[in-house]
Amino acid sequence: MSDNQALKSTALTDLHNSLGAKMVPFAGFNMPVLYDNLIQEHLCVRNAMGVFDVSHMGEVWVEGPKAYDLIEYITTNDVSTLYDGRVQYSCMPNATGGIVDDLLVYRFNAEKYLLVINAGNIDKDLAWIHEQNKNFGATITDVSPDYSLLAIQGPKATEALQKLTAVNLSEIPYYHFVEGELAGLQLIISCTGYTGAGGFELYVKNADARTLWDKVFEAGAEFGIKPIGLGARDTLRLEKGFCLYGNDINDETSPIEAGLGWITKFNHPFVMSEHHKTIKDNKPTKKLVGFELVDKGIPRQHYPLCDASGAVIGEVTSGTMSPSLNKAIGLGYVKSEFAAAGSEIYVEVRGKLLKATVCKIPFM
Amino acid sequence: MNFPDNLKYTKDHEWVMVDGDLATIGITDFAQSELGDIVFVDISSQGDTLSAHEVFGTVEAVKTVSDLYMPVSGEVIEVNSGLDSAPESVNGDPYGDGWMVKVKMSKPSEVDGLMSHADYTAMVG
Repeated sequence: MSDNQALKSTALTDLHNSLGAKMVPFAGFNMPVLYDNLIQEHLCVRNAMGVFDVSHMGEVWVEGPKAYDLIEYITTNDVSTLYDGRVQYSCMPNATGGIVDDLLVYRFNAEKYLLVINAGNIDKDLAWIHEQNKNFGATITDVSPDYSLLAIQGPKATEALQKLTAVNLSEIPYYHFVEGELAGLQLIISCTGYTGAGGFELYVKNADARTLWDKVFEAGAEFGIKPIGLGARDTLRLEKGFCLYGNDINDETSPIEAGLGWITKFNHPFVMSEHHKTIKDNKPTKKLVGFELVDKGIPRQHYPLCDASGAVIGEVTSGTMSPSLNKAIGLGYVKSEFAAAGSEIYVEVRGKLLKATVCKIPFM
Repeated sequence: MNFPDNLKYTKDHEWVMVDGDLATIGITDFAQSELGDIVFVDISSQGDTLSAHEVFGTVEAVKTVSDLYMPVSGEVIEVNSGLDSAPESVNGDPYGDGWMVKVKMSKPSEVDGLMSHADYTAMVG
């Protein structure tokens, strides 16, 4: 346990311990990887609802008359399409052709935005944003330590949460948010998530996190609500083909190669936009694809991807046995000539070549 | 947790049931619990003659991969084919349906170097 003392806690760490969660170091935090059984937790979210403590995520306010210009320059997506209450998935390109982080951009008003960033990248992102901001002069405030974040995900999440609020949740479309009262607390109620199962993410002050957790579990009891660990969060996101920073995208991958062209809009200049435009125009030489194993086995991060002769054509970035599909699935970069759906590729697993088929993502 | 007292154990959390020069091998209740849901058991060493501590296969949970080590030297004469379709048996019945291989021991005296029930229980306790 001495290793854990340097790790940061969330407002709910004691609760996770009391629930018997298996705690692991993740991005500098002591986080629940599972409470009881990963597959049951996964299926609980797909079929009913579950709650994730994702308070490790970072929250940064960008405000002032220069906020828009800064965000437009440091993110790839088109900030001009945002309006008050709209959320946008985006990424921050770095100066060398890779990605600093992927993130959510919330527009509160024309001069007030919230950036939600990955826990493991908070320090790096802040340094980068401050550096870029020297040319803009927006007001940047890191509030990561002040906010807890609960992700209430699953097909029953909206019905359960509706019992706790006068806000009409069904009127909040995907990737939209409101500031409102839920469970008697002032929250940011965001129709987002990392599971593809539907539901909301609730931003709450640390002091209110436990109250919110308890109220949500009361409301969800009739639907079989469970606490869900980061293990199932990873398998849920992978079934939907959502990129994980550090696995599928990193400081060296272009968003164009990563299949993030849909959030890379060249109608505005951004960091290294000419570079990424050239990659897009010339077609990338490698692409991130989804694949399913035909032979028996499970792909894992860093396993080589090969052609039929065994020549290496890429590398697995994420892989698992899908609990919903009961199939081995993965994401990985391959040379572009192997990127079409239906292409036959091979995963090298412990010296053996296992056949796989490139397929469209999401997997389900 | 359940550690039958008629079995021998290893530091790598395997169990061994000895019957003459035949050893039946699997992973312990502690090991399956640590690994979580086991979704694939990959053993292609049937017919191989391996030394103690060599890898005879791999067990995969949803999130992790772990090698399986020979507790004793000998020939792998049988692999539990039931695990192909039901790897979860390793979780549900680690000492029964979840057994992994049977080995014809070349050095049966190696059994004396394995951990007793009491020693293993003390180690994981």
